[in-house]
Amino acid sequence: MSTATSHTHGAAHEHAVDHHHEPGFWQKYIFSTDHKMIGIQYGLTSLAFLLFGFILVMCMRFQLAKPGQPIPFFGPILEAILGDTAKGGIMSGDLYNSFGAMHGTIMVFLAIVPLAFGAFGNYVTPLQIGAPDMAFPRLNMASYHLYFWGGVLMLASFFVPGGSAKSGWTSYSPLATVAEFDKVFNGQTMWLVGMVILITSSLLGAVNFITTIIQLRARGMSWMRLPFFVWAQFVTGFLLLLAFPPLEAAGVLQLADNLFHTSFFLPTGLVVSGQQLPVSGGGSPLLWQHLFWFLGHPEVYVLILPAMGIISEVIANNTRKPLWGYKSMVYAAMCIGFLSFIVWAHHMYLTGMGTKVSTFFQTTTMMISIPSVMILTALFVSLWGGSIRFNTPMLFALAFLPMFGIGGLTGLPLGFNASDIYLHDSYYVIGHFHYVVAPGTIFGLMAGIYFWFPKMTGRYMNETWGKIHFWLSLIGMNLVFAPMFIQGMKGMSRRMADGGSTYFGADDIALKLNTSITHAGILLGLAQLPFIFNLFISIKNGKKVESDNPWGATTLDWATPTPPPHGNFASEPIVYRGPYEYSVPGAKADFIPQDQKP
Amino acid sequence: MSEHSHAPGGHGAQTEGGGHDHDDIASHLKTYMIVFGALLVGTLVTVGMYFVHFESMAVTIAVALFIASIKAFLVAGYFMHLLSEKKMIYSVLAITVVLFFALGTLTIWGSSSLPKNTEMKTLYVP
Amino acid sequence: MDIPYTYKPRPDTGLYNAKVGIWLFLASEIMLFGALFSSYILLRVQAPAGTWPAVAGAWPHGLLNIPIGTFNTAVLITSSVTVVLAWAALKMNNFKAFRRYMVVTLVCAFGFLGIKSYEYNEKFTHYELRLKSGEVHTGHLEVNGKHPGFWDFGSIYNLARLEKDKVAEIKFTADPPQPKPGEKHAAADGTSHEAKTYKLEEIEKLDAFILRNHTFFAIYFVITALHGLHVLGGALVLGYFAFPGSAMWKTNPEQFTNRIEVAGLFWHFVDLVWIFLFPVVYLL
Repeated sequence: MSTATSHTHGAAHEHAVDHHHEPGFWQKYIFSTDHKMIGIQYGLTSLAFLLFGFILVMCMRFQLAKPGQPIPFFGPILEAILGDTAKGGIMSGDLYNSFGAMHGTIMVFLAIVPLAFGAFGNYVTPLQIGAPDMAFPRLNMASYHLYFWGGVLMLASFFVPGGSAKSGWTSYSPLATVAEFDKVFNGQTMWLVGMVILITSSLLGAVNFITTIIQLRARGMSWMRLPFFVWAQFVTGFLLLLAFPPLEAAGVLQLADNLFHTSFFLPTGLVVSGQQLPVSGGGSPLLWQHLFWFLGHPEVYVLILPAMGIISEVIANNTRKPLWGYKSMVYAAMCIGFLSFIVWAHHMYLTGMGTKVSTFFQTTTMMISIPSVMILTALFVSLWGGSIRFNTPMLFALAFLPMFGIGGLTGLPLGFNASDIYLHDSYYVIGHFHYVVAPGTIFGLMAGIYFWFPKMTGRYMNETWGKIHFWLSLIGMNLVFAPMFIQGMKGMSRRMADGGSTYFGADDIALKLNTSITHAGILLGLAQLPFIFNLFISIKNGKKVESDNPWGATTLDWATPTPPPHGNFASEPIVYRGPYEYSVPGAKADFIPQDQKP
Repeated sequence: MSEHSHAPGGHGAQTEGGGHDHDDIASHLKTYMIVFGALLVGTLVTVGMYFVHFESMAVTIAVALFIASIKAFLVAGYFMHLLSEKKMIYSVLAITVVLFFALGTLTIWGSSSLPKNTEMKTLYVP
Repeated sequence: MDIPYTYKPRPDTGLYNAKVGIWLFLASEIMLFGALFSSYILLRVQAPAGTWPAVAGAWPHGLLNIPIGTFNTAVLITSSVTVVLAWAALKMNNFKAFRRYMVVTLVCAFGFLGIKSYEYNEKFTHYELRLKSGEVHTGHLEVNGKHPGFWDFGSIYNLARLEKDKVAEIKFTADPPQPKPGEKHAAADGTSHEAKTYKLEEIEKLDAFILRNHTFFAIYFVITALHGLHVLGGALVLGYFAFPGSAMWKTNPEQFTNRIEVAGLFWHFVDLVWIFLFPVVYLL
């Protein structure tokens, strides 16, 4: 129970908080209900999935650079594990599609969202609002386990006959159903069941986050005193809460199509391999697309908003200045949240919906770029006149801004119906979305790891290796994804196992660029090694922090002991001011913590 | 099922803890029973409407959904105490309802200009 | 470590945590069932005229049993009022009444599920027979002297299965004709209602009224099954609170009352979904 000791922050060892019984190994590490442990569980699991997803795509990239040749190192492993589909260490077309679908699924649902929302959200949010934990700690634990076991199911799908799902991460019908029509229990079925489990995990997590932010803010923590990070997580929570259920419904319907041979998404008269498909027909493939993208679009804002939240904290802290336009950023985040629900069919311009519908969605898509630009502009302007510290988290945060800018700007031709006709399903799209998620979101998440690592462990990550990681990643990311715009504009389609080698003019658009992209991918992969070593070695050997607040930050997460104990705060903190009181004229220090008595 | 509408047992029981007092709840009980009756009547009306022939399908649908909405309003408003609920809950539900309609209408609008299946005479012929 | 506002309301929002949580969850459920309703509407609207659902040329009589559906609706509405009365009983400190109302609620819940199972079974054992001659019948099937039922899961015969099993002929007992809308009694159609034998070659289509038969049945089964799962889940939670979980009444009556309120909110939502489901699927 929290005792009524005076609030001391800065003390290295604070034992006034909950101390009745030390939990055993299982209770502490596996079935923990403490948001910080759950955050770390999410973090480590999602980083492992991130690495796995990267390996999948590197196998694919090798195939693209050297079509029809065995993959070095991984080829024999694939053949040993997966058998015929990787005969001779060469990826078959089916295996390529399988890796492609799973790369997308794993990166989006098992890596980025759990890292951005599950890991950072869980660890930092209760700390920043001054709460002892999440509103529903046991639900939190359940969310993590649903995520973990859903992920295991997804991984297991590689090993069933027919392999994993191979109809894209978007799992469009009818292909998703007819690809393995004869086997009822196949990789696609496991994908669908896995998705239902993962969606449930996210829904419960969203309920937890939103309730926590509404109900457990400390005294004095009014809405407009919340750090932007918390606002970002709040809006993200709503996106997950309201956008995921239609996909869950669609997943159930597609499961019925696969298992019970219904025809929710199978049109009448469908002929597969020369035979009419033995189903009732009458379904609508477009229905799947609508339900999928109803989630799919808000999902990408789920990917970016937490990263913007992290970047905001890092920038404010390392410019020693308040964020410029905090209120506008908050309203912009809310606008993005709402608008993101009504732009989805810009993924469907080529389905023949008709010009009126396309125009509606084109209009809303253009509208949503405005709040996004507002947030980016506010972050850029926040740099003006700042006393910038170029530490590793700040480097990642700074690089996020132009990278996200490129990603966002390249999205505009895709948002316009007319230009999208040409660019749809080309490599241009791949370039666009990877720019926003890879040197966009992932850089934001890296900034967060380097930034909050000292709070979690009491040690800094090594700065030199951090900077090496940063520069090599920045170069690698750009060398990998920028050429894809060129490939796309020259007409190269995505999702082709041979990488366009049969195209007329393949030399021009495909082969040379594919090779250089693959080399850059290898560089990018190698650039992560310093990060991986740094992460684990610094836990025990990193430079120790000098205080509980080594970065000199204003937010409540830095007002706890290091690492924060169970219950976080000795007694409920009281908040007296806004989140970014840096360089206040006349103040003693260049920052005033939110909970410092006036 | 509840011919004997009653205030459940314990007359003169003290109330404990925060919350409504005895009389407050007792008046709510009457409301619940009235709403219950209204819901049963509404169900019978819905089924009754089924036997009435309306000119167009649109009117039939409108009537059915109208009656269903009234029943839903009663359940939500009284049984779920939504009529006396706090602003926070209203805001969440308002957003949800807007998005619910956005999903429905935009999806159907987005599928309406497609050519219909013109050949669905017999279904699967084995 | 205590989480604040688990049962005392937070002053500025006026709510306790679980209430915020359950309403958020219900918002997500609105989107879930909303997506399913939208799917129903879309599939129906874009189906060509006369094909939805076309059985025996009549619409939609004989497909879903309206009296049973009506009764089920009344059962669920009753359970809704008893669960709120149970909560009110707790507020008035009357545990015995609470128990009684919860038992009635549970009886209604399982009654609903039981009736639904009966309806499902009826669908699984009722077949649609289309002959090459153009005749269409609905009725019961007998194959090799057996009447396959629901628990003969794998025995939902369709033509492909009959061919695989090398069945040469089937016996089919057609249903009496259903009254058309507005008619009181159906016109006699001259068919006798005994089992008739049909050879495999005469059959164009044979299938039970199960999911794969038609998208109407597909969506009917999926939506009602999902709703049924919610009824079951809610009933299990209510059952837990009515019996083992009720120990909390002695230690923390306020939190227990709130738990019943929260569980009740979920239960009312389940009733709400059925209020829309019944007319849309059975009547329209």
